[in-house]
Amino acid sequence: MDFELEQDQQMLAQTVADFAKNESPVERFRKLRDDEVGYEPAVWQKMGELGWLGVAFPESVGGFGGSFVECALVLENLAATLVPEPYLASVVLGGMTLLRAGSPEQHAKYLTPMIEGETTLALAYSEAQSRHDVRAVETTATPRGDGYSISGEKVWVLNGHHADHLIVSANAPGGVTLFIVPRDADGVAVKAAKTIDGQKAAFVELDTVTVGTGARLGAEGSGAAVLDRTMDYAAAAAVAESVGLATTMLRMTVDYLGTREQFGVKIGSFQALQHRAVDMYAETELLRSISMASMVRADEDDVHVRRGDISAAKYQLATGGIWVAQQSLQLHGGIGVTDEHDIGLYFKRMYALNALFGDAEHHVARFASDPMFG
Amino acid sequence: MNLTFSEEEEAFRHEVRAWIQDAMPEDMRERAKGSGGFTPEDSATWHRILYEKGWVAPHWPKEVGGTGWDAARRFIFNEEMESAGAPQLSVFGLSMVGPLIISFGTDAQKERFLPKILSAEEFWCQGYSEPGSGSDLASLRTTAEDAGDHFIVNGQKTWTSYAQYADWIFCLVRTDPNAKKQAGITFLLIDLKSPGIEVKPMQTLGHTPAFCDTFFDNVKVPKENVVGGVNQGWTMAKALLGHERTLLAMVGPCQNVLQKIKRIAATKTVDGRPMLEDPVWRAKIARLEMRFRAHLMVSYRALADQQKGKMPGPESSILKLVGTKLVQEMTELAMEVMGENSLTWYNDGLCMPVEESIGPYFCYERAATIYGGSNEIQRNVIAKMILHLPSS
Repeated sequence: MDFELEQDQQMLAQTVADFAKNESPVERFRKLRDDEVGYEPAVWQKMGELGWLGVAFPESVGGFGGSFVECALVLENLAATLVPEPYLASVVLGGMTLLRAGSPEQHAKYLTPMIEGETTLALAYSEAQSRHDVRAVETTATPRGDGYSISGEKVWVLNGHHADHLIVSANAPGGVTLFIVPRDADGVAVKAAKTIDGQKAAFVELDTVTVGTGARLGAEGSGAAVLDRTMDYAAAAAVAESVGLATTMLRMTVDYLGTREQFGVKIGSFQALQHRAVDMYAETELLRSISMASMVRADEDDVHVRRGDISAAKYQLATGGIWVAQQSLQLHGGIGVTDEHDIGLYFKRMYALNALFGDAEHHVARFASDPMFG
Repeated sequence: MNLTFSEEEEAFRHEVRAWIQDAMPEDMRERAKGSGGFTPEDSATWHRILYEKGWVAPHWPKEVGGTGWDAARRFIFNEEMESAGAPQLSVFGLSMVGPLIISFGTDAQKERFLPKILSAEEFWCQGYSEPGSGSDLASLRTTAEDAGDHFIVNGQKTWTSYAQYADWIFCLVRTDPNAKKQAGITFLLIDLKSPGIEVKPMQTLGHTPAFCDTFFDNVKVPKENVVGGVNQGWTMAKALLGHERTLLAMVGPCQNVLQKIKRIAATKTVDGRPMLEDPVWRAKIARLEMRFRAHLMVSYRALADQQKGKMPGPESSILKLVGTKLVQEMTELAMEVMGENSLTWYNDGLCMPVEESIGPYFCYERAATIYGGSNEIQRNVIAKMILHLPSS
């Protein structure tokens, strides 16, 4: 047992941090907010060339055989400047699902090109009624000929507006099953939606979409277990990203307290504001520490060991992370609620991460219902 | 980064668990199932048992009586001690003055004091606060006047917890009344049997005589009892604060109270089923346990740093702030779960033994956010030293 990053993990974190700072400052995200896609395929490709998209995947599919910790470190450091490329959507949601559900042929066809930065993926699992429950699937996959006909509606599909392939959960005769469908397939209608954090997601309508059995990922009924696992990765990923957000918000706030003057002095000299900043620091360190546990536990096969720390981490995002976001805005005063200032962009991203992959109530209930709780 | 334990480490866990089961006296084991209503005598007994085994000071270097365990073994040992509900050992010798003597003491001081701290032949208490010097500790007025080969100490120390059971007291005293207030202070070890010392216990909210006032009237203290040099006391106090950070993280007490909450909640019913099976109560308990997990990870990071001989990182500064608040929230929830039974106040033989009640312990833990530098003072220090915010 130890709590230190390996040397190559430290190097990766530093490289990503340098990239974010030098090549993708917040202004880049600001410009891309108004873009139809919201990110740049050329930058995605570069991330592929640098190997960042494959850090957590085995060498057999073109990855680097690392652990989820590397994935989390990339996300944490990209968050510092709100780099908009769909790492969470394509690598974590799409890639991790495909890795577990797909066959070697499917990996070669869909996963390896994504790892190389040639394509992106999206995971269409959420439905209007489902609220964090991957089993609440009303989309149907009806056997037809030697394949299936898929019909239903998916909501808030991250990167769904631009992904080359969608991984869709649907109810087949054998239960919840995953299928991989090209975004431009006949019967797939994708509508891009703006999200609160200046990014994009999609509403996807599937109207008797015909696929062959080659599009089915794994056996019928195997989808829910894979998605459960993906949701744990996704929660840990959101937490890692939130560490990058909270760290940046805290730094920006402390800088502001040290520069802004009122009543003839720096406002950071006021004890009420100092104590607030210290409490922000405490919540940020709690978040960072439990994020370390959750990124390590994400690869754990034992569901009880895995979920305890991941739920605790997502709960700390929902409580401490959100609180840091709120206070950072408050301490910036009026300028904090302008679109011109960056702090609000981080604030909104924190809320977006809170809403995804289980909120506080979801994770408290899950934590409390585990037999290990007592 | 690796959070799993190796086979050898798991074997060590079993060894520790089996030993505790075997070594803990029967009556103590019974009391451990309650709120840990241990007496200072229990604590001393357990201290001696651990000493015999050689496990009383895992955080000390091996050369002076430590165990030489790595970070993982220390975590395991702490976890097993906590989950067995073992008594907390007196911290003043083992975790405060002991480590300070190890770092800054003379060879003679190490030989004189360390073995007796380990063996529980001598217990210690702390003489910092005075009636007029609480948060503004550097304003202290207890004087130590140079009288050749010794000092003459006069003044009053307060909140000298457990002084009535202690043999020695480590004090901050003023040795140079003309220097700037932090600069004229010395860290002095004083034998409580010295003529001129009077210890007066006082009741606390928890109805235990934990606090004392300690009076010094022309007390003769040899000069060899200075640690770290004359007028270097403030530096010593700050060094000790570093040790206190992990000490006041309250990891053990939090684990104990959490277990107790679950135990009580399993025996009480709401709507015809145990409270522990009621989703609302489960969620309430879960929220505290989840926050505790995050806190635990911060403390593990600090311990791992310490074990590698590094100064704990800045994140360790929040341990006292978060841990003391958390243990209070836990005792509050324990009171709530007890319901009407939380009313009981020392009614042995009538309704429940005091060690099964929570009230006195709940009251006792109100001190946690005050001692060791109040949480407000901690925030001032972190704002200045870590966030580098402008001074007021």
